[in-house]
Amino acid sequence: MFGKLSWSAIPIDQPIPLVTGAVVLVVIAAVLLWVVVRGHLPYLWREWITSVDHKRIGVMYTLLACVMLLRGFADALMMRGQQAVALHSQGYLPPEHYNQIFSAHGTIMIFFVGMPFVIGLMNLVVPLQLGVRDVAFPTLNSVGFWLTATGALLVNISLVVGEFARTGWLPYPPLSEMTYSPGVGVDYYLWSLQISGVGTLVAGINLVTTVLKLRTRGMTYLRMPMFCWTTLASNLLIVAAFPILTATLAMLILDRYLGFHFFTNEAGGNVMMFMNLIWAWGHPEVYILVLPAFGIFSEVVSTFSGKPLFGYRSMVLATMAICVISFMVWLHHFFTMGAGPNVNAIFGIASMIIAVPTGVKIYNWLFTMYMGRVRFATPMLWSIGFMVTFLIGGLTGVLVAVPPADFLLHNSLFLVAHFHNVIIGGVLFGAFAGYTYWFPKAFGFRLHEGLGKAAFWCWLIGFYVAFMPLYAVGLLGMTRRMQHYDVPEWRPWLLVASLGAIIILIGIVCQIAQLVVSIRNRAELRDRTGDPWDGRSLEWATASPPPVFNFAIAPDVSGEDAYWAMKQRARQQGMDDARPDYRDIEMPRNSPTGFICAFFATIMGFALIWHIWWMVAAGAIGAFATFVVFAWRDHDEYVIAAADVARIDQANTAERRALMSGAA
Amino acid sequence: MNILDPQGPIAAAERTILVDSVAIMLAIIVPTIAAILGFAYWYRSSNPRAQYQPDWAYSGRVELVVWAIPALTIILLGGVAWIGAHQLDPARPVEGTGQPVRIQVVSLDWKWLFIYPDQRVASLNALTVPVGSPLQFELTSSSVMNAFFIPQLGSMIYTMNGMVTRLQLRADTEGTYQGLSAHFSGDGFPDMMFDVHVVPQLAFTDWVGKAAGSSQALNAESYGKLARQSVGDGQLIYRLDDPLLFQAVATQHIPAAPGPSLDQQAQVSPRSH
Repeated sequence: MFGKLSWSAIPIDQPIPLVTGAVVLVVIAAVLLWVVVRGHLPYLWREWITSVDHKRIGVMYTLLACVMLLRGFADALMMRGQQAVALHSQGYLPPEHYNQIFSAHGTIMIFFVGMPFVIGLMNLVVPLQLGVRDVAFPTLNSVGFWLTATGALLVNISLVVGEFARTGWLPYPPLSEMTYSPGVGVDYYLWSLQISGVGTLVAGINLVTTVLKLRTRGMTYLRMPMFCWTTLASNLLIVAAFPILTATLAMLILDRYLGFHFFTNEAGGNVMMFMNLIWAWGHPEVYILVLPAFGIFSEVVSTFSGKPLFGYRSMVLATMAICVISFMVWLHHFFTMGAGPNVNAIFGIASMIIAVPTGVKIYNWLFTMYMGRVRFATPMLWSIGFMVTFLIGGLTGVLVAVPPADFLLHNSLFLVAHFHNVIIGGVLFGAFAGYTYWFPKAFGFRLHEGLGKAAFWCWLIGFYVAFMPLYAVGLLGMTRRMQHYDVPEWRPWLLVASLGAIIILIGIVCQIAQLVVSIRNRAELRDRTGDPWDGRSLEWATASPPPVFNFAIAPDVSGEDAYWAMKQRARQQGMDDARPDYRDIEMPRNSPTGFICAFFATIMGFALIWHIWWMVAAGAIGAFATFVVFAWRDHDEYVIAAADVARIDQANTAERRALMSGAA
Repeated sequence: MNILDPQGPIAAAERTILVDSVAIMLAIIVPTIAAILGFAYWYRSSNPRAQYQPDWAYSGRVELVVWAIPALTIILLGGVAWIGAHQLDPARPVEGTGQPVRIQVVSLDWKWLFIYPDQRVASLNALTVPVGSPLQFELTSSSVMNAFFIPQLGSMIYTMNGMVTRLQLRADTEGTYQGLSAHFSGDGFPDMMFDVHVVPQLAFTDWVGKAAGSSQALNAESYGKLARQSVGDGQLIYRLDDPLLFQAVATQHIPAAPGPSLDQQAQVSPRSH
């Protein structure tokens, strides 16, 4: 009846997951109870859960990322704690638990923090920057988000029902095959990524289509803000790379469920094929994450230097070069497999070539600050912190791209330090810069500056204290994923690293406090004009938060930095007093398709993991039926009357006019 | 285990490449970091002496320089990578004094088996090699992937079931070093550290003699027991009954190790026992 599922799947004898699970359940129950008792449920359902508004979906993606960051970071603290104590001892985490933690940490941080964070920001901002009303496929957008949430939910269910993978964040066979991993952990991994992978793929298709097909009048490709370019590049990579991941995981699923032999030791299976395929997705994946971050830094550095981005066309070229070359370097993840010297050398050099356009980007940001007027608001601090930190990460990255150096450093904590250096220093700093920068746009009030700066300094210092020692201990030969060790020389470095993790923890506490304080003081922090940072691109040309239709009148763009040009014109010629010709606006109707579909997908995923076949059928039929119902809909748009558009728009125009005259 | 303290030519050459590459890149990166901090500080909005040119966003000369600097650095480092990848190819023979020693390595769950086919001996979790001799490793795995790595001798390499990888090293200084598995292989992975004893040629001959007289024999049957999952087996020496044992493992005439035992497999969750 319930497949492999039985009461033994609940870790009654394991206090850590049990207590954690209980606390999380209590918190969720409390939040749900509060929502229901206070009568927020209809509002949440109507305005958020079923919303197809790109801004709302963007906010929900970002929220998911922030919540999962807490989970992933809790894993990190446990790992640092374990390695701090596990000299000549087993520490406090037995191997089967420790191995789940590092696997979950990597999986969560990449798939459920990095990805939703950047996709959320792209969703929120790109249609606004392009001057359009929504993404190309609004309902599909909602489906994409909820499927990602399904994946995150399944990973978290594994905490209390069964186990998570114990194979590392990329489940290399044959360790991940049924013979060596008979538990459900790898199945949790596989199905959560298959389901959320579909979500990511549709998000990618959606954003590529949006950038290519939906741009306002005059918004030619070479007038798009840099963030739109990096969004295009990143989503092209999603569309090209995620099917490889899906296919690779599908092959492993066939091995595990139906006794196929793609990657087994026996019957002609080939583990090297798995490594090639997974990294053919995996290397583009890191650029999927970091390219949007580069876009965010481009926007932030330009805005807070009061200058257009230096060498815009050069930046576009560099972005697209990275997009293409990132597909040709995957083999550098396994130089130590014994491929010949020509293969290793060619992939090593290809990997280094990516450093050229990346280096150009750093210099272009540098020259954007040159002869500018640099304001050190929180987003700018994250950007400067990024530039310095990322250069160090780039150095160590090029170093491990040299095959003979990699023969010493592969899989060591040096490598771990390197990729945290680029992912924290690049992706996460970028995400935080974007979060602070666009928060007023999304919610209509700014975040508290003081706490934001405190969070930045804790993260920056914490990062260096946590990861510079890992470089050192990697040079001392320490390899990754060690649950315990007998080498006393490693210990001091690991102790310092755990101190760094605690400093980062303080940074996270500051960020939570910042959010709470800002919400409480939102009246003082209110952004009335829609342009709190003296911005340059079109998202600042509308109110904060923008009306559901974004722009009352589709903006007309005549150059780069469209909104900056409009402001310049208004300053010179005065605001245009003519009342615009408002028209009725058609907007897509909200739809519960995404949520219901993900509900059934969750049931199906859980049932697949536990081999409950009747439930698999029920989930599959439910999800499919949801789509059919959606496909046969009669009405998918509603009309906002011109009078309402006028009323909403006039209010914002009045605020802006007041600001203009106040400034003058 | 410090890789900056090499004890053989391969590790020394790799360390040189590592240090040189870092030096080349630091020459570019340190001034760049200084410029980032310097520009940000000087052009701060509160500095009245800083020039402000709100429309300055293009300069062909600067563009040329910013593409040229990383490109030239990478051309230089690309040369280092090309030459290094060829000269330090793990399979490339290493010169040395004395007779080359062939060593066949099998990674087991979770221990290391070292077979000396020419000497007809074998050892578990301890590698004994003569100083100065070329060491010719052939490596495979009994089950899952591992990576064979002796940090102070250089070049790690994967071990994979049904496949043979090759590695050539040399140890130049007598002493005891540590090796480890550098690729996660399951619950007992951290226990896969092993000792490397680099001894004089004569001592190596003595050690071979001692192992050849060992009461324990390594053959298909004792290998089958070893291949089962375990940790803490200690360091053992064997006389080698079957000189073709490694070939039998590598060609899968001896099937891959079974992984967790059956009573473990019956459990859905590892926590429940």
